[in-house]
Amino acid sequence: MGKKVLMKGNEVIAEAAIRAGCKHYFGYPITPQSDISHYMAKQLPLIGGAFVQAESEIAAINMLYGAAGAGARAMTSSSSPGISLKQEGISYMSCAELPAVVVNIVRCGPGLGGILPAQGDYFQAVKGGGHGDYKMVVLAPASLQELYELTVEAFNIADKYRILTMIMGDGNLGQMMEPIEFKDKEDIYEANKSWATTGTQMKREHNTVTSIYIEAEVLEAHNNKLQSKYTEIASKEVRVEEYNTENADIIVTAYGTVARILKNVIKNAAKEGIKVGLIRPITLWPFPSEAFARNAEHTKAFLSVELSAGQMVEDVRLAVNGKKPVYFYGRTGGMIPTENEILKKIKDILEKQGG
Amino acid sequence: MAVVFDRPHALVDVSMHYCPGCTHGTIHRLVAEVLDELGIEGTTIGVSPVGCAYNNYLYFNCDMQQAAHGRAPAVATGIKRVHPDKTVFTYQGDGDLAAIGTAEIVHAAARGEKITTVFINNAIYGMTSGQMAPTSLVGQVTTTSPYGRKPELQGYPIKVSEMLSTLTGAAFVERVSMHDIKNIRNAKKAIKKAFQVQQKGYGFSIVEVLSTCPTNWGKSPVESLKLIEDKMIPYYPLGNFKGADLEV
Ligand SMILES: Cc1ncc(C[n+]2csc(CCOP(=O)(O)OP(=O)(O)O)c2C)c(N)n1
Ligand code: SF4
Ligand SMILES: [Mg+2]
Repeated sequence: MGKKVLMKGNEVIAEAAIRAGCKHYFGYPITPQSDISHYMAKQLPLIGGAFVQAESEIAAINMLYGAAGAGARAMTSSSSPGISLKQEGISYMSCAELPAVVVNIVRCGPGLGGILPAQGDYFQAVKGGGHGDYKMVVLAPASLQELYELTVEAFNIADKYRILTMIMGDGNLGQMMEPIEFKDKEDIYEANKSWATTGTQMKREHNTVTSIYIEAEVLEAHNNKLQSKYTEIASKEVRVEEYNTENADIIVTAYGTVARILKNVIKNAAKEGIKVGLIRPITLWPFPSEAFARNAEHTKAFLSVELSAGQMVEDVRLAVNGKKPVYFYGRTGGMIPTENEILKKIKDILEKQGG
Repeated sequence: MAVVFDRPHALVDVSMHYCPGCTHGTIHRLVAEVLDELGIEGTTIGVSPVGCAYNNYLYFNCDMQQAAHGRAPAVATGIKRVHPDKTVFTYQGDGDLAAIGTAEIVHAAARGEKITTVFINNAIYGMTSGQMAPTSLVGQVTTTSPYGRKPELQGYPIKVSEMLSTLTGAAFVERVSMHDIKNIRNAKKAIKKAFQVQQKGYGFSIVEVLSTCPTNWGKSPVESLKLIEDKMIPYYPLGNFKGADLEV
């Protein structure tokens, strides 16, 4: 292990991407993630890569399409309104099976909304914000060390399955500073990219990168291939943290920085003799449904806490499948729930459950 | 016997899907001949548009990517930044380039992106059945301007070459036409020079090609060629707008 350095979340993403072998980055400025661009603009020219400030997020995602199709490890980043503009390209890249990483440092919406932290883009990320049947792997780190490791992993997963991987963070994660311990050398998945458009050199048939399949049978076959890939990922790539779930009277769940608040709530609750567990999805897709289903056997209720009006809670309900009640507590607009608010909600629920 | 006319190597040996009298196919041939003559088929990556030429990745023998509607210059930018030593071109229609993809083409040109664009101006949306294009002429009847394009309602056609030639990053800009043999020869010369300008690293290069759409113009192939000459060229003057003097 290398030595510890103190860094800002957005810079951790950029540094981790470079360590993962990403030399091409395309972006359009938007708060609260512009430091990623600043870091890339400084570093990439020094290592023989390219930083391009695109004319829009639409252009940026299509530059990513070109770069990924040309065989490079490449990345774009943005925040919510910009990610909305990228949906066209995300759908096309998913169909063309182009591996790349998209970062969303989520801010509050809808509309231009505000620049404060939020988790209102969950549906867009995991249910497909663009058209058609596609999935992205969506990773939701809760600390900067995890942000670093998952950013490297995002590139590996993308290359391994020829899929888009999204890092979902919020403004807190992007702006906070924490010590990071970088590895001396990253584990890089070496993919065979013989499908990429790199020039035939007159030595092979020409390669084509496309998302168009005009004939019904051919497009259905392609969809079936995509779906079986998604099934494989769902069986192999689920990541989840379970904390204190054994014997828990109630299990709270949150992803990203909100889960850190919940850990404090759990400690405070324990002092009052209330046993609270935590399930923290690290992959939002594939969703760790099994962890919820298994814990539904013994706990009394679930509570999903989100910086949204209630999005991930729908996947929790699907996973729990009616076995136990699932409650929701959320704040929007950039408001952050306090530990006391959450503890009060927990007590209210347990009272209702006769606990 | 000497072979005097053959299929360029850079063109795949398949029949194309274009309508009779459509000049898209001939323009493909010109591009392929240029790739052959410059010996760059193996080091070229092309980008297909959305429009009637959407699947020309099947027709060119070089590596190809198919882009979303209007986004070809952005896709080409991504490719070129990864492979600065390769030749990268886009092939785009007027709806693709001058409507939905206006931002992408303007900024690729402004950045002086070292790519070449072959721009097919047929004054219509061919693929989607003849709607008005940003390049449709004043008075032109289309499925979405059934009473003729009226400037007070639909404004004036965009002169793409004139507009892009104002950008410093655009190194080579020329407008050519497909309406007769002499002009087809000129078109090939311009396309070849545009690729050479890219190879020399001067900046962005584009050739606007006045092209036919007999199907949606409701004209015969011969009438269509005449229409380019009589109606399009007076509004879209042929010639070089920039870069004629560049050494290649
Ligand atoms: C986002 C999006 N909007 C609309 C379309 C439908 N569409 C397909 S081709 C086309 C117009 C193409 O016209 P042009 O670029 O002039 O090419 P031509 O067919 O004339 O060669 C349109 C509007 C699409 N495929 N994608
Ligand atoms: S519709 Fe028009 S542009 Fe398209 S192939 Fe037919 S003639 Fe050519
Ligand atoms: Mg057209």
